Amino acid sequence: MTTESKPTIQFTPERLAKVQEIIARYPEGKQKSALLPLLHLLQEQEGWTSPEGMDYVASLLNIEPIEVYEVASFYTMYHLQPVGKHVIEYCRTGPCCLMGGEEVYAHLKQRLGIDTGQTTVDGQFTLKEVECLAACGMGPVFQIREKYYMHLTNERVDEIIDELSK
Amino acid sequence: MATKILTEHINVPGIETFDVYRKQGGYTAVEKALKTMTPEAVVEEVKKAGVRGRGGAGFPMGMKWSFLAKPEGVPRYLVCNADESEPGTFKDHYLMKNIPHLLIEGMIISSFALGANKSFIYVRGELMYVIHILEKAIAEAKAKGFLGKNILGSGYDLELVVQPGGGAYICGEETALLESLEGKRGNPRNKPPFPAVKGLYQCPTVVNNVESIATTAWIVNNGGDAYAGIGIGRSTGTKLISASGHINKPGVYEIELGVPVEDFIYADEWCGGIRPGHKFKALVAGGSSVPILPANLALTLANGEKRLMSYESLSDGGFATGTMLGSGGFIVFDETSCIVRNTWNFSRFYHHESCGQCSPCREGTGWMEKVLHRIEHGHGHQHDIDLLVDVAKKIEGNTICPLGDAAAWPVASAIRHFRDEFMWHITNPQEATQPGAVYRGDLALV
Repeated sequence: MTTESKPTIQFTPERLAKVQEIIARYPEGKQKSALLPLLHLLQEQEGWTSPEGMDYVASLLNIEPIEVYEVASFYTMYHLQPVGKHVIEYCRTGPCCLMGGEEVYAHLKQRLGIDTGQTTVDGQFTLKEVECLAACGMGPVFQIREKYYMHLTNERVDEIIDELSK
Repeated sequence: MATKILTEHINVPGIETFDVYRKQGGYTAVEKALKTMTPEAVVEEVKKAGVRGRGGAGFPMGMKWSFLAKPEGVPRYLVCNADESEPGTFKDHYLMKNIPHLLIEGMIISSFALGANKSFIYVRGELMYVIHILEKAIAEAKAKGFLGKNILGSGYDLELVVQPGGGAYICGEETALLESLEGKRGNPRNKPPFPAVKGLYQCPTVVNNVESIATTAWIVNNGGDAYAGIGIGRSTGTKLISASGHINKPGVYEIELGVPVEDFIYADEWCGGIRPGHKFKALVAGGSSVPILPANLALTLANGEKRLMSYESLSDGGFATGTMLGSGGFIVFDETSCIVRNTWNFSRFYHHESCGQCSPCREGTGWMEKVLHRIEHGHGHQHDIDLLVDVAKKIEGNTICPLGDAAAWPVASAIRHFRDEFMWHITNPQEATQPGAVYRGDLALV
């Protein structure tokens, strides 16, 4: 990030205060530890993890942009492409599948009219497949932002989509 | 009534708050440790308890603590591994969500014992709502003088930091976790040096699982000998088991180690039996990475005795007829389950989660997934089974971290015990790829 260019993304004052609080958690000079939390903060504000946002985070932590890109691309939670309003992260791992997870997923795709990785034309829903969400006894499971939706059935999926579409 | 060390009060309304937790006897162990014990005495009790790492490795926690280097003037760190991601495992999620102060109390005791003044709880990022619960609990504990400077006037200072992950199974491996906590990709480190010598920020560090750390409150209150008196043999104490799959009562159960596997599956107190009208086909006893066992071997040892829920009994017979307790991720399969499909599913998981550092794991997990995919989808060849065994063998033991082994074992064990089912898929591709088709050949269903 060059010093002349003004970042096109700026955290809200509340988030900037939070950034300072997060950086202060770590020992002097170890501010890079704040990278994952700051990327979560960025995505919370912007909806996705954009190149401009990553450059901005690099400038806040005084590290090279590449150090942010290589990290953001390693972890699965950071959306490196724009996403819809609701990102459905659907568990595709064994225990959920035992409870009918694959059948419910087929229904969900049909209901939304999209496949994995796609966004509905109205921009409301993006569908992602994820690995085990540590809720295996309550499967099938998906997550939207911080919320877990458990014991999914076709009917329950329809209710959730109806609710979120309002 | 079985002893409950971790979950006795978990259903008390409001137990997530400081006041209710305190009313149930919470934080008395912090008072006892900080006011009446030396750090060495706390370590001694944990050693006596014989508690073994509850994340899956089963390494004695007191011994791990005793390896911590203590050079003058260098900070030491305790890092709690709350990156719970092993398929079939959801006990730490359950514990932290419902009774966060138990972990915080354990963190204070453990940090005191290790001489750490700043400790971290690394929670998988997907559990952001649990992170908020923990942060709230930490703020409460701090307001009551159990965290911060000069805790309870003891002169001991401690700050607790909750760190979110970014979504990566590999960060459950302790050195990958430390890399991640330093703001890097989760690539496991070569060992040595071990974290006990060079860990977080190149300083001496102990990494322990949530459940392991949570035991310390009870151990300080009741003594290591009392803890060691629970359980069986070297499997001391209690264990949280995450039960999922085709059982009547999925959930998290705290058992005294040594309960027969059969009782755990069929007793109403625990899983409540296989779902009605179905038979028990197979078991993954300790998370997706441990060898899968057919029902008969899950229930009974090679010598005919009942298999028990303990480190020793579950591994009895080695990988020929046994498995591992692992993380306690207990996945039950009935006769409607396709072992080939499940093995492919687990292989896809490990391929997706391989960090890519070591060629045998990066390439091998991909090949296993591809070969299993073609068998499951009706394009398998006769030699594919031996090919899978060969690939699994070439990964095992040849990688920096145990993810390679974790990827190899499910495949090798599924073929070891269910070879006929794999062969049926290869020789009857049309039948095997029908929707809902499952092998109904010679199986030891229970």
